[in-house]
Amino acid sequence: MESRGAKWRWGLLDVVVVVFALIPVLWIMSLSFKTTNTLTDGHFIPREWTLENYKTIFQTDQFVRALVNSIGIALISTLIAVVLGTMAAYAIARLDFPGKGLLVGVSLLIAMFPQVSLVSPLFDIERRLGLFDTWPGLILPYITFALPLTIYTLSAFFKQIPWDLEKAAKMDGATQGEAFRKVIAPLAAPGVFTTAILAFIFCWNDFLFAISLTSTERSRTVPVALSFFTGDSQFEDPTGSISAAAVVITVPIILFVLFFQRRIVSGLTSGAVKG
Amino acid sequence: MADIVLDKVGKQYPDGTVAVRDVDLEIADGEFVILVGPSGCGKSTLLNMIAGLEDISSGELRIGGERMNEKAPRDRDIAMVFQSYALYPNMTVRENMAFPLRLAKLDKATIDEKVAEAAKVLELTELLERKPANLSGGQRQRVAMGRAIVRSPKAFLMDEPLSNLDAKLRVQMRTVVSRLQKRLGTTTVYVTHDQTEAMTLGDRVVVLRAGVVQQVGDPQTLYDHPANLFVAGFIGSPAMNFLSARALDGALRTALGDVPIGDRLRGMLERGEAPQEMILGVRPEHFEDAALVDEAARAKGREFEAPVELVESMGSDKYVYLTVEGERASSAELEELAADAGAADLPAGGANLVTRLSAESRVREGGPYKVWFNLEKIHLFDPSDGRNITLHEGRAAGIS
Repeated sequence: MESRGAKWRWGLLDVVVVVFALIPVLWIMSLSFKTTNTLTDGHFIPREWTLENYKTIFQTDQFVRALVNSIGIALISTLIAVVLGTMAAYAIARLDFPGKGLLVGVSLLIAMFPQVSLVSPLFDIERRLGLFDTWPGLILPYITFALPLTIYTLSAFFKQIPWDLEKAAKMDGATQGEAFRKVIAPLAAPGVFTTAILAFIFCWNDFLFAISLTSTERSRTVPVALSFFTGDSQFEDPTGSISAAAVVITVPIILFVLFFQRRIVSGLTSGAVKG
Repeated sequence: MADIVLDKVGKQYPDGTVAVRDVDLEIADGEFVILVGPSGCGKSTLLNMIAGLEDISSGELRIGGERMNEKAPRDRDIAMVFQSYALYPNMTVRENMAFPLRLAKLDKATIDEKVAEAAKVLELTELLERKPANLSGGQRQRVAMGRAIVRSPKAFLMDEPLSNLDAKLRVQMRTVVSRLQKRLGTTTVYVTHDQTEAMTLGDRVVVLRAGVVQQVGDPQTLYDHPANLFVAGFIGSPAMNFLSARALDGALRTALGDVPIGDRLRGMLERGEAPQEMILGVRPEHFEDAALVDEAARAKGREFEAPVELVESMGSDKYVYLTVEGERASSAELEELAADAGAADLPAGGANLVTRLSAESRVREGGPYKVWFNLEKIHLFDPSDGRNITLHEGRAAGIS
């Protein structure tokens, strides 16, 4: 048991961290509900409430198109990365093949590579291949950078699953495929969902690739679209609509996490082996 | 049901390590065979090769007369109980037991019937809807057994199935396993490192050391007529006492006094079939309080006196630890056994002797005490290769 004093200190520290993290979010929300005239009045709680900003962004084609692009690109990239990552991670966790260490090393290297240095070459390559300003043009680099993450986290998950279960399934009459589908995959599910969330957030939040590899609304994602927001006139401040859009684009992430969180049941493998 | 034949079966890993070397073994239909040995002796590898979970590098495995080397585990129709139980944590007890039947594509009514039957045998009926996480160790163990028996396979393979249970439960489950096997009459190969389990469960016991079969036989034969030092030291608890012995002037000089050499042994010594330096082995129960030995028996043995270090009274009999002078017997086998028992770093000193005397004995700790031992039951081993010199046509002949 920790002493009461220690508990209080930890509690206080937690509160400080949470407040520090949440204030900017709350500030953005507050801005999104303010009218143009009160935007800069410095009050945390808006004096005049309005939904005008939200109406505006959904009326502009610019934002809705970007939202569709973002959802589509992030979902497709996540799906492909997780499927490929699952297979690769399973092989890494279970098999001893030559060059395994090298493979894991290289994939980690990719994750650590500064993305900004890849932007110019990618820009050239994609323009020549006709991928520039298309969905695949963003999906490909996203998969590339999400894969190391998925492989690494998933192989850790697979390593936790007792190998005896797979042997038992084989003895019970399962083929390799059945053993994977009926025994291993259900147990790896929490890991797969966790990884899917991480990969999705990475794709959803990316700004660097999105701004460099797109040029029109055809494939521009929300983070980029936000930066192109302008007021109705040259003299109007777009802060209100940017804030509203920022609030809107956090919603899918929250939904995504909530949806998968229920599947991340901790201790799913407990009871499998000894006691 | 079927017999299992291992014909010069061996396992060599790609890095050159030999885990199992040329094992010849015929397991009859319905027989209960135990593979026993210290950790790393290759017993689990051998079991996995029978199961099909590991490839066989050389030799042939036949189950029911059919070559199995290349067949996948699912095509061998044998069930396995794992040391870790390996229950599927996402399935209930019922689903766990039904899993092999579902894979065999049986219809639902048959599956329900078979699961209910197996559950009844193992007293799992009340637990059928529970998940493995909500079961005790003993219950999980029974589910693992249930999953094996439910589809009536040709053979059962058990990989130390009781080693994760506490001591009391292990003894209970031992009888459960034994009764179940007798009732079903299914060929069973059982791996354990516990010699008590090996002695009590099996029809026949196979003792393995470093991938080589040391001796195959029924438990009593292994106990009474061990083929070598390793088997002698491994089987029996407390273990056999080992002392160094030297043949000199027609007698055997040992820490327990001089022992006369019989004609057979003398002949062997003269022909150079036995070395001058040997290891004497005496089981604890072949000692007795000298005061309690009657005249007729006295002639068959020899008396000696040694200080009593410790007396453990078990009620039925007394374990008496004596300190005798003289060198501790040493050989590669004994060191391996000591290492396996975790006794390698016990304090050295005079050779310690464990004896089991009658409960009526008045032995006290401290002073010297007179103890008798039976000369007909002693063994002599060759320290260089561990072979039992006193073994004559497979029977221990003492030093006659």
